[in-house]
Amino acid sequence: MEFLPARVDTNRIQPASRKTPVPVAAIETRQISKTFGSGDREVRALDHVSLEIRENEFFTLLGPSGCGKTTLLRLIAGFEAPTSGQLLLYGDDISNEPPYRRSVNTVFQSYALFPHLTVAQNIAFGLEMLGKPKAEISRTVDEMLAMVRMEAMAHRKTSEISGGQQQRVALARALAPHPKVLLLDEPLSALDLKLRKEMQRELKRLQIETGITFVFVTHDQEEALTMSDRIAVMSAGKPLQIGTPREIYDRPANRFVASFIGESNFLSATITAATGDVARVRIGGGIDMEAALPAEAPRSGKVTVAIRPEQVRLVEADAADALPATVTDTVYFGTDTHTHLLLDSGETVVARFQSTLAHSEERANGTRVGVQFWEGSVQVLRETA
Amino acid sequence: MSAVEISPAAGTDQEARAEAARTRRNWLLSLPAVILLLFAASGPLVIVLIYSFLTPGDYSGVKWIPTFDAWTSILFSRDIFDDTLRLADAHLTIFWRSASLSLLTTLITFLLGFPTAYFIATRPPRQRGLWLFLITIPFWTNLLIRTFAIMEVIRNEGLLNKLLMMTGLISEPLQILYSDTAVLIGMAYVYLPLMVLPLYAALERFDFRLVEAGYDLYAGRWMVLRKVILPLVKPGIVAGSILVFMPSLGAYVTPRVLGGGKHMMIGSFIELQFGQGRNWPLGASLSMLLLLIVGIGLFFYVRAMSKEKAHD
Repeated sequence: MEFLPARVDTNRIQPASRKTPVPVAAIETRQISKTFGSGDREVRALDHVSLEIRENEFFTLLGPSGCGKTTLLRLIAGFEAPTSGQLLLYGDDISNEPPYRRSVNTVFQSYALFPHLTVAQNIAFGLEMLGKPKAEISRTVDEMLAMVRMEAMAHRKTSEISGGQQQRVALARALAPHPKVLLLDEPLSALDLKLRKEMQRELKRLQIETGITFVFVTHDQEEALTMSDRIAVMSAGKPLQIGTPREIYDRPANRFVASFIGESNFLSATITAATGDVARVRIGGGIDMEAALPAEAPRSGKVTVAIRPEQVRLVEADAADALPATVTDTVYFGTDTHTHLLLDSGETVVARFQSTLAHSEERANGTRVGVQFWEGSVQVLRETA
Repeated sequence: MSAVEISPAAGTDQEARAEAARTRRNWLLSLPAVILLLFAASGPLVIVLIYSFLTPGDYSGVKWIPTFDAWTSILFSRDIFDDTLRLADAHLTIFWRSASLSLLTTLITFLLGFPTAYFIATRPPRQRGLWLFLITIPFWTNLLIRTFAIMEVIRNEGLLNKLLMMTGLISEPLQILYSDTAVLIGMAYVYLPLMVLPLYAALERFDFRLVEAGYDLYAGRWMVLRKVILPLVKPGIVAGSILVFMPSLGAYVTPRVLGGGKHMMIGSFIELQFGQGRNWPLGASLSMLLLLIVGIGLFFYVRAMSKEKAHD
């Protein structure tokens, strides 16, 4: 009876505290650097990385090989220690905790299934190491087997199942202890295209079903765009831009992001006016347009703008508000057709049309055309021209 | 028409003849090896087997009177007065010492050899050759010389005692030489490479990414060793243990030199029967017994391994 008022009290406090929630990131890195080797052969894999990965988020580290994405993942897993900086898991500093004391599990690129154990024993491994009761282990293992649809394979050795099945077992094994964060190190790279597409959907489903924070490493931009809630595009040990797939694709902040995710035309331009995150730019010395202006970008003078090939429109050569150009090449890609254009200013532009429309847009080499860009498609880059 | 019909038959006939010729040639080529094996390896064994069922000669050699005496006298001694059989305590002591020292040697070489093999297997590939080379250096020297070197280290005025006295850990030299400990040290030293090499072979094939997977799934260092590494290098452990245990059981030189004759093992005991003991049949039956134990051990090893293969 004595406890009752106390419980009422906490109930009264909780809704109030919910109104002003203190958002704690699942993972937070504070100025993390990692160098390998020493002296002349010192390699800086991570360079003062500060980022936050939110709870229940599908977060992707995207970048070419050697950009530091795998190193960052291994740091979160605990296989590497940061040279400097801090790593926080739900607010706790885990920079120096060994991997077996972190509620973080990994799906390895090589899967790293234990070859001396069966599928079920592999999935049970983490739970056994955590000292869970036997009944709970077998229940969880059954759940996991059902979740990745591997019930029929429970007692097979891992060498007796296909690559795609091994992938599912690796996932189930990592999810079984219900970690706070699941790390996935290019887990789909060994699968063929069809299976990869299937697993992309499967991964997304599992992430929503389990509500676990996923940190996914890949060099495949399509994979990143289709699955992620947010993407960090990394290059040379630094995240260059962090945002939703749409933000990353539609509003690339710099040249690297614009060219690594999809394709982009880069044109020189001059800012004539800037207010907030919108600039008025003159492109190719011919047309004036509104352009998105990212933070930290120059607000006047010469800049580079990025325009996606699908945002290019061709009009009559003598049309007003168009850049005069000559068609130099037309390449058929199946779903799309690419038209290469040489602007009179000397810059080149690629225009992409859906093949169903292309017959109306297709023009012979040497044809004179006018080039226009769709409203809202022009993006100012951070780098000065 | 007929020519077309005949030619395939002629072809198979020709092939069969070529096959027969090949088989004949292979047999002829392996004949020297077969003869050598028959006469140099199996021949003496057969003689030893026959001798174990004969009666000892008066001074040495055998008398051609068949008997099981040699085999019974392995375990029992016949009372000279009333002809009853009693357990031969002295023999049992020797067997026990041989078995326990061999097991201990196997254990020690494993405890020393595993970290060594692990160390080598985790070096960069280019360095591994050098380390393996260092492991095999002792094989270049005669066993007897190496054993005397050990003697030089552990004797009362030897290196070990001098060092321990200098550091003040002991005031009196330790009597290690001519004890079971000395035999153990010597055998562990001599047989260590035989443990390291198969362990290394197993560890070299081991996928060390599995260690990270173990850590990731909440297994600490000890659990990773127990649950991941040891089960996967088990074939290497078994092979190394057999390679150390079997020769330890029949070791002769090392126990003789370092044990000083007081601490006899089966090897010396067999030698004794052919020398001063003048009981060739007993020596022969003891040799056969040793061979039998080793054979049974190998049989179970091979069976366990092939079972493991069938599982994979």
